[in-house]
Amino acid sequence: MVTLEHYLTVAAVLFVIGIFGLFLNRKNIIILLMSIELMLLSVNINLVAFSSFMNDLVGQIFTLFVLTVAAAEAAIGLAILVSFFRNRGTIAVEDVNVMKG
Amino acid sequence: MGAEVFAFYLFALSTITGGLFTVLSRNPVHSVLWLILSFLSSAGLFILLGAEFVAMLLIIVYVGAVAVLFLFVVMMLDVDFASLKAEMSKYLPLGLLIVVILLMELAMGLAVWVPADGAQAARAAPTPIEFHNTAALGLLLYDKYFLLFQLAGLILLVAMIGAIVLTLRHRKDVKRQDILAQIYRDPDKSLSLKNVKPGQGL
Repeated sequence: MVTLEHYLTVAAVLFVIGIFGLFLNRKNIIILLMSIELMLLSVNINLVAFSSFMNDLVGQIFTLFVLTVAAAEAAIGLAILVSFFRNRGTIAVEDVNVMKG
Repeated sequence: MGAEVFAFYLFALSTITGGLFTVLSRNPVHSVLWLILSFLSSAGLFILLGAEFVAMLLIIVYVGAVAVLFLFVVMMLDVDFASLKAEMSKYLPLGLLIVVILLMELAMGLAVWVPADGAQAARAAPTPIEFHNTAALGLLLYDKYFLLFQLAGLILLVAMIGAIVLTLRHRKDVKRQDILAQIYRDPDKSLSLKNVKPGQGL
Protein backbone atom coordinates (compact mmCIF):
# COMPACT_ATOMS: atom_id res chain seq x y z
CA MET A 1 0.00 0.00 0.00
CA VAL A 2 1.47 3.31 -1.10
CA THR A 3 0.68 6.03 1.41
CA LEU A 4 1.01 9.80 1.40
CA GLU A 5 4.23 9.50 3.40
CA HIS A 6 5.88 7.57 0.55
CA TYR A 7 5.28 10.44 -1.86
CA LEU A 8 6.36 13.02 0.71
CA THR A 9 9.60 11.09 1.22
CA VAL A 10 10.32 11.06 -2.51
CA ALA A 11 9.64 14.80 -2.69
CA ALA A 12 11.82 15.51 0.34
CA VAL A 13 14.72 13.52 -1.09
CA LEU A 14 14.36 15.28 -4.45
CA PHE A 15 14.30 18.69 -2.76
CA VAL A 16 17.43 17.88 -0.79
CA ILE A 17 19.13 16.68 -3.99
CA GLY A 18 18.29 20.06 -5.52
CA ILE A 19 19.93 21.88 -2.61
CA PHE A 20 22.92 19.52 -2.84
CA GLY A 21 23.23 20.50 -6.50
CA LEU A 22 23.31 24.19 -5.57
CA PHE A 23 26.29 23.52 -3.32
CA LEU A 24 28.07 21.12 -5.63
CA ASN A 25 27.91 23.20 -8.82
CA ARG A 26 28.68 26.60 -7.39
CA LYS A 27 30.24 27.83 -10.63
CA ASN A 28 27.97 26.46 -13.33
CA ILE A 29 24.80 28.51 -13.68
CA ILE A 30 23.15 26.02 -16.04
CA ILE A 31 23.29 23.23 -13.46
CA LEU A 32 22.19 25.71 -10.78
CA LEU A 33 19.06 26.43 -12.83
CA MET A 34 18.49 22.69 -13.26
CA SER A 35 18.76 22.22 -9.49
CA ILE A 36 16.13 24.90 -8.99
CA GLU A 37 13.90 23.06 -11.47
CA LEU A 38 14.38 19.87 -9.44
CA MET A 39 13.35 21.65 -6.25
CA LEU A 40 10.23 23.07 -7.94
CA LEU A 41 9.43 19.57 -9.21
CA SER A 42 9.61 18.18 -5.69
CA VAL A 43 7.25 20.91 -4.49
CA ASN A 44 4.89 19.90 -7.31
CA ILE A 45 5.05 16.25 -6.19
CA ASN A 46 4.11 17.37 -2.67
CA LEU A 47 1.19 19.45 -3.92
CA VAL A 48 -0.20 16.71 -6.16
CA ALA A 49 0.25 14.05 -3.46
CA PHE A 50 -1.67 16.09 -0.91
CA SER A 51 -4.29 16.94 -3.54
CA SER A 52 -4.77 13.27 -4.36
CA PHE A 53 -4.88 11.93 -0.81
CA MET A 54 -7.06 14.75 0.54
CA ASN A 55 -9.39 14.65 -2.49
CA ASP A 56 -8.94 18.39 -2.97
CA LEU A 57 -8.35 19.63 -6.52
CA VAL A 58 -6.85 22.98 -5.51
CA GLY A 59 -3.45 21.36 -5.08
CA GLN A 60 -3.38 20.46 -8.75
CA ILE A 61 -4.50 23.98 -9.72
CA PHE A 62 -1.62 25.35 -7.71
CA THR A 63 0.71 22.91 -9.43
CA LEU A 64 -0.28 24.45 -12.76
CA PHE A 65 0.76 27.89 -11.53
CA VAL A 66 4.04 26.60 -10.10
CA LEU A 67 4.69 25.00 -13.48
CA THR A 68 3.98 28.30 -15.26
CA VAL A 69 6.29 30.26 -13.02
CA ALA A 70 9.00 27.59 -13.34
CA ALA A 71 8.84 27.73 -17.13
CA ALA A 72 8.97 31.54 -17.13
CA GLU A 73 11.88 31.52 -14.69
CA ALA A 74 13.83 29.03 -16.79
CA ALA A 75 13.26 31.08 -19.95
CA ILE A 76 14.35 34.37 -18.34
CA GLY A 77 17.28 32.75 -16.56
CA LEU A 78 18.60 31.16 -19.72
CA ALA A 79 18.11 34.42 -21.66
CA ILE A 80 20.16 36.29 -19.05
CA LEU A 81 22.74 33.52 -19.24
CA VAL A 82 23.00 33.76 -23.02
CA SER A 83 23.37 37.56 -23.04
CA PHE A 84 25.89 37.35 -20.18
CA PHE A 85 27.92 34.76 -22.07
CA ARG A 86 27.92 36.99 -25.16
CA ASN A 87 29.32 39.90 -23.19
CA ARG A 88 31.82 38.13 -20.96
CA GLY A 89 32.62 34.83 -22.65
CA THR A 90 32.13 32.84 -19.44
CA ILE A 91 29.28 31.65 -17.26
CA ALA A 92 31.16 31.29 -13.96
CA VAL A 93 29.15 32.73 -11.08
CA GLU A 94 32.19 34.43 -9.55
CA ASP A 95 32.50 36.67 -12.59
CA VAL A 96 28.99 38.06 -12.23
CA ASN A 97 29.99 41.30 -10.52
CA VAL A 98 29.33 43.79 -13.30
CA MET A 99 26.86 45.75 -11.21
CA LYS A 100 29.09 45.63 -8.12
CA GLY A 101 26.14 44.44 -6.04
CA MET B 1 3.53 -6.79 -4.17
CA GLY B 2 0.82 -5.24 -6.32
CA ALA B 3 1.36 -3.53 -9.62
CA GLU B 4 0.71 -0.12 -8.07
CA VAL B 5 3.37 -0.56 -5.42
CA PHE B 6 5.84 -1.84 -8.00
CA ALA B 7 5.11 1.12 -10.31
CA PHE B 8 5.49 3.54 -7.42
CA TYR B 9 8.89 2.22 -6.42
CA LEU B 10 10.04 2.12 -10.06
CA PHE B 11 9.03 5.72 -10.71
CA ALA B 12 10.27 6.97 -7.33
CA LEU B 13 13.64 5.31 -7.78
CA SER B 14 14.12 6.66 -11.30
CA THR B 15 12.99 10.15 -10.23
CA ILE B 16 15.59 10.23 -7.47
CA THR B 17 18.28 8.64 -9.62
CA GLY B 18 17.61 11.16 -12.37
CA GLY B 19 17.80 14.04 -9.89
CA LEU B 20 21.01 12.76 -8.34
CA PHE B 21 22.81 12.30 -11.64
CA THR B 22 21.55 15.69 -12.89
CA VAL B 23 23.53 17.18 -10.06
CA LEU B 24 26.54 14.87 -10.18
CA SER B 25 27.04 14.45 -13.92
CA ARG B 26 30.24 15.91 -15.35
CA ASN B 27 28.81 16.63 -18.79
CA PRO B 28 25.96 19.19 -18.80
CA VAL B 29 24.29 17.46 -21.77
CA HIS B 30 24.09 14.29 -19.67
CA SER B 31 22.70 16.44 -16.85
CA VAL B 32 19.85 17.60 -19.06
CA LEU B 33 19.12 14.03 -20.15
CA TRP B 34 19.00 12.85 -16.51
CA LEU B 35 16.71 15.80 -15.77
CA ILE B 36 14.39 14.61 -18.54
CA LEU B 37 14.36 11.11 -16.97
CA SER B 38 13.47 12.69 -13.63
CA PHE B 39 10.61 14.70 -15.16
CA LEU B 40 9.23 11.72 -17.06
CA SER B 41 9.22 9.43 -14.05
CA SER B 42 7.61 12.04 -11.83
CA ALA B 43 4.94 12.33 -14.52
CA GLY B 44 4.48 8.59 -13.90
CA LEU B 45 4.11 9.30 -10.18
CA PHE B 46 1.45 11.90 -10.99
CA ILE B 47 -0.47 9.37 -13.06
CA LEU B 48 -0.33 6.95 -10.12
CA LEU B 49 -1.79 9.73 -7.98
CA GLY B 50 -4.68 10.18 -10.41
CA ALA B 51 -3.55 13.59 -11.72
CA GLU B 52 -3.39 12.77 -15.42
CA PHE B 53 -3.68 16.34 -16.65
CA VAL B 54 -0.78 17.60 -14.57
CA ALA B 55 1.26 14.56 -15.66
CA MET B 56 0.68 15.29 -19.34
CA LEU B 57 1.42 18.98 -18.72
CA LEU B 58 4.67 18.00 -17.01
CA ILE B 59 5.72 16.00 -20.05
CA ILE B 60 4.68 18.71 -22.53
CA VAL B 61 5.95 21.76 -20.65
CA TYR B 62 8.97 20.42 -18.80
CA VAL B 63 10.29 17.78 -21.17
CA GLY B 64 9.05 19.40 -24.37
CA ALA B 65 9.93 23.01 -23.63
CA VAL B 66 12.10 23.61 -20.57
CA ALA B 67 14.46 20.65 -20.91
CA VAL B 68 14.87 21.24 -24.64
CA LEU B 69 15.58 24.91 -23.89
CA PHE B 70 18.30 23.81 -21.47
CA LEU B 71 19.67 21.44 -24.09
CA PHE B 72 19.76 24.24 -26.69
CA VAL B 73 21.59 26.62 -24.37
CA VAL B 74 24.09 23.96 -23.26
CA MET B 75 24.89 23.08 -26.83
CA MET B 76 24.84 26.68 -28.10
CA LEU B 77 27.26 28.15 -25.57
CA ASP B 78 30.85 27.19 -26.09
CA VAL B 79 31.74 26.87 -22.43
CA ASP B 80 34.72 25.06 -20.97
CA PHE B 81 32.76 22.95 -18.53
CA ALA B 82 35.80 21.03 -17.32
CA SER B 83 37.20 24.09 -15.56
CA LEU B 84 33.82 24.79 -13.99
CA LYS B 85 33.69 21.27 -12.57
CA ALA B 86 37.25 21.38 -11.22
CA GLU B 87 36.29 22.82 -7.86
CA MET B 88 33.35 20.50 -7.38
CA SER B 89 35.00 18.50 -4.60
CA LYS B 90 35.79 21.67 -2.67
CA TYR B 91 32.18 22.22 -1.69
CA LEU B 92 31.34 18.52 -1.26
CA PRO B 93 31.81 18.28 2.55
CA LEU B 94 29.78 21.43 3.27
CA GLY B 95 27.07 20.34 0.85
CA LEU B 96 26.88 16.86 2.37
CA LEU B 97 26.66 18.31 5.89
CA ILE B 98 23.79 20.60 4.96
CA VAL B 99 22.04 17.82 3.03
CA VAL B 100 22.23 15.45 6.02
CA ILE B 101 20.94 18.14 8.39
CA LEU B 102 18.06 19.02 6.04
CA LEU B 103 17.12 15.36 5.58
CA MET B 104 17.09 14.81 9.35
CA GLU B 105 14.91 17.87 9.83
CA LEU B 106 12.48 16.75 7.14
CA ALA B 107 12.40 13.22 8.58
CA MET B 108 11.62 14.57 12.03
CA GLY B 109 8.85 16.71 10.56
CA LEU B 110 7.41 13.74 8.67
CA ALA B 111 7.62 11.43 11.68
CA VAL B 112 5.45 13.54 13.96
CA TRP B 113 3.15 14.88 11.25
CA VAL B 114 -0.58 14.12 11.49
CA PRO B 115 -3.39 15.80 9.55
CA ALA B 116 -5.41 18.32 11.53
CA ASP B 117 -8.89 17.36 12.72
CA GLY B 118 -10.74 19.83 10.51
CA ALA B 119 -8.63 19.15 7.42
CA GLN B 120 -11.33 17.25 5.53
CA ALA B 121 -13.91 19.95 6.25
CA ALA B 122 -11.55 22.76 5.22
CA ARG B 123 -11.08 21.52 1.64
CA ALA B 124 -11.51 24.31 -0.90
CA ALA B 125 -12.64 22.17 -3.86
CA PRO B 126 -13.41 18.50 -3.11
CA THR B 127 -12.69 16.28 -6.10
CA PRO B 128 -15.94 15.59 -7.95
CA ILE B 129 -16.51 11.91 -8.66
CA GLU B 130 -18.69 12.37 -11.74
CA PHE B 131 -15.99 13.99 -13.93
CA HIS B 132 -12.58 12.76 -14.92
CA ASN B 133 -9.51 14.67 -13.83
CA THR B 134 -9.09 17.01 -16.82
CA ALA B 135 -12.76 18.03 -16.91
CA ALA B 136 -12.84 18.68 -13.18
CA LEU B 137 -9.66 20.78 -13.37
CA GLY B 138 -11.07 22.76 -16.29
CA LEU B 139 -14.32 23.46 -14.50
CA LEU B 140 -12.44 24.70 -11.48
CA LEU B 141 -9.76 26.65 -13.39
CA TYR B 142 -12.09 28.53 -15.72
CA ASP B 143 -14.59 29.29 -12.96
CA LYS B 144 -13.10 29.86 -9.55
CA TYR B 145 -9.49 30.59 -10.52
CA PHE B 146 -10.08 32.47 -13.76
CA LEU B 147 -8.24 35.62 -12.67
CA LEU B 148 -5.22 33.61 -11.55
CA PHE B 149 -5.30 31.78 -14.86
CA GLN B 150 -5.19 35.08 -16.75
CA LEU B 151 -2.35 36.27 -14.52
CA ALA B 152 -0.41 33.09 -15.32
CA GLY B 153 -0.81 33.95 -18.99
CA LEU B 154 0.46 37.46 -18.27
CA ILE B 155 3.52 36.01 -16.52
CA LEU B 156 4.26 33.92 -19.59
CA LEU B 157 3.84 36.97 -21.84
CA VAL B 158 6.24 39.02 -19.72
CA ALA B 159 8.72 36.13 -19.71
CA MET B 160 8.50 35.84 -23.48
CA ILE B 161 9.02 39.57 -24.05
CA GLY B 162 11.85 39.61 -21.52
CA ALA B 163 13.63 36.68 -23.12
CA ILE B 164 13.34 38.24 -26.57
CA VAL B 165 14.55 41.66 -25.38
CA LEU B 166 17.47 40.11 -23.51
CA THR B 167 18.74 37.99 -26.37
CA LEU B 168 17.93 40.23 -29.35
CA ARG B 169 20.94 41.85 -30.94
CA HIS B 170 21.49 43.71 -34.18
CA ARG B 171 24.56 42.41 -35.90
CA LYS B 172 26.43 45.05 -37.83
CA ASP B 173 28.01 42.69 -40.33
CA VAL B 174 24.73 41.37 -41.68
CA LYS B 175 22.73 43.19 -44.37
CA ARG B 176 19.22 43.95 -43.20
CA GLN B 177 16.17 45.19 -45.07
CA ASP B 178 15.57 48.92 -44.59
CA ILE B 179 11.93 49.32 -45.49
CA LEU B 180 11.79 53.15 -45.25
CA ALA B 181 14.76 53.51 -47.57
CA GLN B 182 12.99 51.27 -50.05
CA ILE B 183 9.77 53.27 -49.86
CA TYR B 184 11.46 56.68 -50.22
CA ARG B 185 13.56 55.62 -53.18
CA ASP B 186 12.96 58.02 -56.06
CA PRO B 187 12.46 56.39 -59.51
CA ASP B 188 13.77 59.52 -61.26
CA LYS B 189 17.15 59.23 -59.60
CA SER B 190 17.59 55.53 -59.99
CA LEU B 191 16.27 55.12 -63.53
CA SER B 192 17.19 56.84 -66.75
CA LEU B 193 15.99 56.16 -70.29
CA LYS B 194 18.46 56.13 -73.14
CA ASN B 195 17.55 56.25 -76.75
CA VAL B 196 19.80 53.64 -78.32
CA LYS B 197 20.24 53.91 -82.07
CA PRO B 198 20.10 50.64 -83.99
CA GLY B 199 23.52 49.24 -84.80
CA GLN B 200 25.41 51.65 -82.51
CA GLY B 201 24.98 50.54 -79.01
CA LEU B 202 25.67 52.73 -76.04
